[in-house]
Amino acid sequence: MKKLIQDFELVKYEELNCEHFVLDIKANEALPEILPGQFVNVRVDNNNSVFLRRPLSIHNVDYDRNVIQLFVKRIGEGTKSLGELKIGDKLSVVYPLGNSFSIPKNAKTLLIGGGCGVAPLLYLSRYLHEAGNEVTTILGVRSSYDAVGLKAYEPYGRILVTTEDGSQGEKGYPTQHSVLENESFDYSFTCGPEPMMKAVAAYSESKGVSCEVSLENTMACGFGACLCCVTDTKKGNKCVCTEGPVFNIKDLKW
Amino acid sequence: MVNLEVKLKDLVLKNPVMTASGTFGFGEEFADFIDLSDLGGIIVKGTTRHHREGNPYPRMAETPSGMLNAVGLQNKGVENFCQDIYPRIKDYQTNVMVNVSGSVIEDYVETAAMINELEHIPGIELNISCPNVKEGGMAFGTSCASAQEVVRAVRQVYKKHLMVKLSPNVTDIASIAKAVESEGADSVSLINTLLGMAIDAETRKPLLSTVTGGLSGPAVKPVALRMVWQVAQAVNIPVVGLGGIMNAKDAIEFILAGATALQIGTANFIDPQVSVKIVEGIKDYMIRHQVSDINDLIGAIDLK
Repeated sequence: MKKLIQDFELVKYEELNCEHFVLDIKANEALPEILPGQFVNVRVDNNNSVFLRRPLSIHNVDYDRNVIQLFVKRIGEGTKSLGELKIGDKLSVVYPLGNSFSIPKNAKTLLIGGGCGVAPLLYLSRYLHEAGNEVTTILGVRSSYDAVGLKAYEPYGRILVTTEDGSQGEKGYPTQHSVLENESFDYSFTCGPEPMMKAVAAYSESKGVSCEVSLENTMACGFGACLCCVTDTKKGNKCVCTEGPVFNIKDLKW
Repeated sequence: MVNLEVKLKDLVLKNPVMTASGTFGFGEEFADFIDLSDLGGIIVKGTTRHHREGNPYPRMAETPSGMLNAVGLQNKGVENFCQDIYPRIKDYQTNVMVNVSGSVIEDYVETAAMINELEHIPGIELNISCPNVKEGGMAFGTSCASAQEVVRAVRQVYKKHLMVKLSPNVTDIASIAKAVESEGADSVSLINTLLGMAIDAETRKPLLSTVTGGLSGPAVKPVALRMVWQVAQAVNIPVVGLGGIMNAKDAIEFILAGATALQIGTANFIDPQVSVKIVEGIKDYMIRHQVSDINDLIGAIDLK
């Protein structure tokens, strides 16, 4: 899969709440095929204290309009500055990077996301739906205030929420949702904080469900040159940027 | 037309722009972004006698105008390089050099001897300056005696271009450069990374698994430029300058300080096309300043 470096233009900014926003960025030419789980590495030109690019999951893709959608949480200097871009600003993007989630056919699939780890799950749920899978997505957030962007998932399957304070959906962590006990699944996919992904991995292992996780290690290049983003696998150190970000839990030392 | 060709002794570079080891993989990682034959040379990832897993994650921390890394020479060893990687990269239309690292002299010697047999590898860069390997590496490059010892041993088995990469973590880099020159080094490259560290004040934890790591990027450029200038005056062999070069203007500064060729490192992570853009930028500079031969700019700093 050929990697590209291109200037995109910010065409839409949607503030979801004070922490989360969605950027629609548009290419000048037709987008290449982009797989669910892949990411972009964007340059933050409007802040001189941000030296490296910032890797961001691909939230959705509109091939008709050459638009990639990015779901971003303000965490540090880089993501804060991305939230200050103006419509029409240019953004240098290296993409599409990384491997992708596996797409089964006609299976029962479970997607679990927490925090900004929900970012790649929308595009994944769309792919899974189009391949004839039954899709259940659980998003785990602190409170209803953070339960944002849910409507986007509705065309592709069932969307469930857990909140830590019980203000929406079921109270607790996403891995405590009743659907995990009451129903069975063939495949699980997860992205988010490591303790949550480890809980999803443990659940999947106990139920014999194939489980893929998307890791978010810090990286410098995003395309396998710096060797900074490695994760320790059963076959030694692997680059999260090129051999991931998606790993099957059977390959990890979790 | 301007002449960009430079010579590192007998090694001809079509232009002075090379890419630095550890920032350019084996070149393949960049083939989607640039035509590798547009470069003067590429120096592939540090290779050791035996497979190394490198250091645990986290290995990288962003710092003001730069980054720290502690990769720790992760590589599959020289035998894997010769068998699996060399056949894939040997036909690149540029000088492909191998960065040879080690922790004991015998390892350097055996690695260099094996690479000496590879027809399409015109030279090695002897890394006596990696700060991220516990036993050795940088230790060789921080005293004249140990630097001489390893260069002397490798020189006996390695017959092609021998570039020695120097550490900036020393009091007097010019004396180290002279020491390796006296043992038959064909060129010196400098600087490797500066030893640094970073702490997360909130968690009180170091940001690197190894606590300390190597600083690179524009933050080190003034130090690198000063050292290139000092070394260029001290030795008669060509000097290859690197350290925080982000654009053609930076590259020209190194040439004026006395560098015959350059290596582009950390900048490759941010713009995978930057090396080729720097070749073009050097050309533009020469046209603008009516310089027809790049060799006329080497060491041409105006101190009057």
